[in-house]
Amino acid sequence: MKVNRVSGRVLQGPYEPVYVYEAPVRFWHWAMMLCMIVLGVTGYLIARPLPAIGGEATFSYFFANVRMIHFIAAMLFAVLFAVRLVWAIVGNRHARSIFLPPLWSFEWWSGLFHQAAYYLFLRKAPHHWVGHNPLAQLAMFVMFVLGTFVIVFTGLSLFSEQFGWGSGWMNAFGWVNVLLGGSQMVRTVHQLAMWWLALFALVHVYMVFREDIMSGETVISTMINGVRMFKREPR
Amino acid sequence: MSDTFYDLMRRQGISRRSFLKFCSLTAASLGLGEAGAQQIAKAMETKPRTPVIWIEGLECTCCSESFIRSAHPLVKDVVLSMLSLDYHMTLSAAAGEQLRANAHETIAKHKGNYILAVEGNPPLGEDGNYCIYYGKPFVDVLREYAKDAMAIVSWGSCASWGCVQAAKPNPTRATPVHKVITDKPIIKVPGCPPIAEVMTGVVTYILTFGRLPELDVQGRPKMFYGQRVHDKCYRRPHFDAGQFVERFDDEGARKGYCLYKVGCKGPTTYNACSATRWNEGLSFPIQSGHGCIGCSEDDFWDKGSFYDHLTTIRAPGLSNLGVEGTAERIGLTALGVAGAALAAHAAVSAVRQASSRGRNDRVSDVEK
Repeated sequence: MKVNRVSGRVLQGPYEPVYVYEAPVRFWHWAMMLCMIVLGVTGYLIARPLPAIGGEATFSYFFANVRMIHFIAAMLFAVLFAVRLVWAIVGNRHARSIFLPPLWSFEWWSGLFHQAAYYLFLRKAPHHWVGHNPLAQLAMFVMFVLGTFVIVFTGLSLFSEQFGWGSGWMNAFGWVNVLLGGSQMVRTVHQLAMWWLALFALVHVYMVFREDIMSGETVISTMINGVRMFKREPR
Repeated sequence: MSDTFYDLMRRQGISRRSFLKFCSLTAASLGLGEAGAQQIAKAMETKPRTPVIWIEGLECTCCSESFIRSAHPLVKDVVLSMLSLDYHMTLSAAAGEQLRANAHETIAKHKGNYILAVEGNPPLGEDGNYCIYYGKPFVDVLREYAKDAMAIVSWGSCASWGCVQAAKPNPTRATPVHKVITDKPIIKVPGCPPIAEVMTGVVTYILTFGRLPELDVQGRPKMFYGQRVHDKCYRRPHFDAGQFVERFDDEGARKGYCLYKVGCKGPTTYNACSATRWNEGLSFPIQSGHGCIGCSEDDFWDKGSFYDHLTTIRAPGLSNLGVEGTAERIGLTALGVAGAALAAHAAVSAVRQASSRGRNDRVSDVEK
């Protein structure tokens, strides 16, 4: 099988299974998914708290617990993302595809437009790719990677606020607050980033199922066993 | 002019006992402890008074109004003598040329040693002619007085951030002090107005120790602006418990629950209100049942409703049409549109797949 090293496009058969996603990447993917669900739910509860609980405040710590779960999941999320960045360097070449779209490759760009045209029903069949197709790669970078950077840094800045200016936390992340023009803007951007990632999740899940059903490659099982199989000989 | 504070206080009939009491109260409000009280007492007994020149640009005088209500450090007449306030348009007994001459005399005599307190800010539009001071644009007066100052104190949100006169569209181009004067140490004391005790506390600190208090990255004294109103709020236990006021007239409001859900900006506002409180520690907005509106934060007029701790987002270029929304509305709309688009895409995909499968049965695999 002949594959373009830069763009990941399959140029020639016969097709054989490729080990794409290594175990750490797969574990990371599902752990991130769990974190995102927990963070989305608790984050929404923080922005729109439930109706008041009665009784003395002494006996309830509900809202603080919601926030604590959010913080724990958020720290895991941030650490997972940081570890993933390291893995992008030490892992196989598919491990860095979502961080470094090969914008310099002509074939990648032509593949991007071809894929977009395919999704707009202007082309009958897509090209074959070992890893992400160029459009998926770009979406992963712009929506997921950039969105995650924004949500992690705004989140860390919001977390630091409880320690006050001059604390180690604030020294590390207070610049986000200054850059965006105040705590309220950090909250607003944090929430916008959440919706941005929710939008990503929606499109991601749809595309994964669609590709798994309609494309010539396995998609969902690839994120479970790591192997990309080609279901039929492409044209 | 070379009188010490102590001389002046004694001459005004303040007993030594009251003087020491004042020193310890001031030390306490600055968080300096017992040794600090002695330091303050010593400084006030030995150091010549540092003069303060207080000028007012585009402002509403609420900073001065707040300032004269400071309770600890002492009563107002002592506060005024303590400061050696050589020039203040509103508070000075003299007026006109005489007063102005006084300011110039102080500047000439104490070159590099006086503190310039700026209330309000200079408008830069139309060459600064929106605010005229003795027939000159205020911005020129500010530059002139700032040239020989030891430090500048930016009183209130006007001087610190711009406040209401700098709110969009800012027709007079009102500009905060630190964007006009860039070569002097500037200490921002934001708030609309700042808390009286914070104002006198900051000035006392500078006069006592001859240096600025420790500032955060944005130039605010850490001792007063290091933490959010939320961090020391007495309603915080209700926040942690999940007990919120839903409406200003409900049972929760009567019980004094947390005002987070009715848009209290305590969690996004750095100020000392919840610790120092107002009017001799009597109360502060949250204690009287209304959320914080974040008056000490940058651009607090331009961040949407006072009853929401998220900023209203205006579509760039479309704000004249009133296109705006909250992050939540934008997010849900985007999700809804994307969901509908994906559903339509899925439907078309299914139809295509079915029809192509039918064709494939007839003609094997001729695509492209």
